[in-house]
Amino acid sequence: MSEDKVISVDQLTKRFESFTAVNAITFDVRRGEIFGFLGANGAGKTTAMRMLCGLSFPTSGKAMVAGYDLFKDPEKIKKSIGYMSQKFSLYEDLTIRENIRFYGGIYGLTDVQIKSKTEFMVQHLHLEDQVDKLVKSLPLGWKQKLSFSVAMLHQPKIVFLDEPTGGVDPVTRREFWTLIYEAAHEGTTVFVTTHYMDEAEYCDRVSIMVDGRIDALDTPAELKRKFNAPTMEEVFVQLARKAKRAE
Amino acid sequence: MVSVKVHQVKKTFKAEKSVVTALDDISFEVKKGEVFGLIGPDGAGKTTLFRILTTLMIADAGSASVDGFEVVSEYKEIRKRVGYMPGKFSLYQDLTVEENLSFFATLFNTTLEQNYDLIKAIYQQIEPFKKRRAGALSGGMKQKLALSCALIHRPSVLFLDEPTTGVDAVSRKEFWELLRQLQVHGITIIVSTPYMDEASLCDRVALMQQGKIMEIDSPKGITEGFKKPLWSVRSANMYQLMTDLKALDVVDTCYPFGQYHHVVFKDDVATVDGARQIMSGVAPDLEVKQIPATIEDCFMELMRA
Repeated sequence: MSEDKVISVDQLTKRFESFTAVNAITFDVRRGEIFGFLGANGAGKTTAMRMLCGLSFPTSGKAMVAGYDLFKDPEKIKKSIGYMSQKFSLYEDLTIRENIRFYGGIYGLTDVQIKSKTEFMVQHLHLEDQVDKLVKSLPLGWKQKLSFSVAMLHQPKIVFLDEPTGGVDPVTRREFWTLIYEAAHEGTTVFVTTHYMDEAEYCDRVSIMVDGRIDALDTPAELKRKFNAPTMEEVFVQLARKAKRAE
Repeated sequence: MVSVKVHQVKKTFKAEKSVVTALDDISFEVKKGEVFGLIGPDGAGKTTLFRILTTLMIADAGSASVDGFEVVSEYKEIRKRVGYMPGKFSLYQDLTVEENLSFFATLFNTTLEQNYDLIKAIYQQIEPFKKRRAGALSGGMKQKLALSCALIHRPSVLFLDEPTTGVDAVSRKEFWELLRQLQVHGITIIVSTPYMDEASLCDRVALMQQGKIMEIDSPKGITEGFKKPLWSVRSANMYQLMTDLKALDVVDTCYPFGQYHHVVFKDDVATVDGARQIMSGVAPDLEVKQIPATIEDCFMELMRA
């Protein structure tokens, strides 16, 4: 694997008995890239993402993630990545400070590191007045921004974001993408799924899964050219309508 | 004819140390047969409003009626004539598709056969799986089953709480096509969504944020209400362009919108040349055009007020 590639996947497959959830997908993701991972419900995105995070063991294929072999060192991969989804994020009954302390501890940060990270995050996200409040009292948009920052606590090489902006107001949604841009700018690779097609346009490259396969992978501009479509939404619709399997 | 009437409704929830205002003096009316959208993010108050209108919760103040019946004193009448699809899947996971439908039909003293014409278009898509337990269905099929169950007693008003949240772009399109087909049966539909682009599929919408209705109008009325000229710009490096534009004194707002940024200037600029002139120092390859506002532009403008 060259220095430049942080994810390198070759013919990766996951079968559940007779059902092939992910069917021989092959792709690379570069360092610092914002990689959009799109597909209809049931196309196999979540299964593929769980494999790349070391949470689900592949049936066959090859994959290197953050410099480690997915088949040999899934535990080392887990330490080198961050993960955030809309469903699982922070502990609602802990304060912001306690959440940062908890996750910092899990990721093996020292007390000094946790202290400085807390200060930085609180300042960066303008949470000065909220830091000792319970997470459940925060508006959803703040929770999402905070849980992104918590997923980045241990400076992972790659951060996986599973529908990070669902249900968030339009202004916060854009603020969230500013955080993504900043992270990518500093060299973190961002692997993101979304149902907002305008957000697909913000990605450097986008892959679209259909029935367990990757049917398209390119820059948004190139995909629109290839499919002769004015927007990513139309590219997506053209591809997803070809799906044969029922979710 | 008015189908749903909401007058100065308020609802607060007490948390341990604070009080959360879920609905803050909400008023609106929905006409019979209308598709009325409640558009707003999580926390806007959409679900609370649904729960009050479906008689599952009582407002702190104000009044509301559905189909001419008052939500508190005549709740039994309302329950007979509304269909409600909650945001969270609430059917019986251990019953099959068929059993769920027949259960809800029986509750309302009717049968699937009597109402087949109404739910046909939706039910046909899940009929091949009618012997499958609801818990084993995919997200899209659960959604179609829930809609079929909500329609089984021919409701006059249908309440749909975020039916398309977490659903992909294609399935969302298909779901809206199904809703449009229901309109021919004269059913009033009140539907909530956090997706701003779905507003254009409603007859009228209320834009909601933090318990308040910011505006109610037809989608066209709302977008035409955006009075300032709006400019769509792009260049090779969009991240840099955003930073540079936000640093300009003359720029009022600049938001990313897919492959373009949408820009509003503090002083009105009337021509493309004028706009280009103002931004001339920013990027050499700047592409500039004037565009009509989208619902999302309007929503963000209203949030600033």
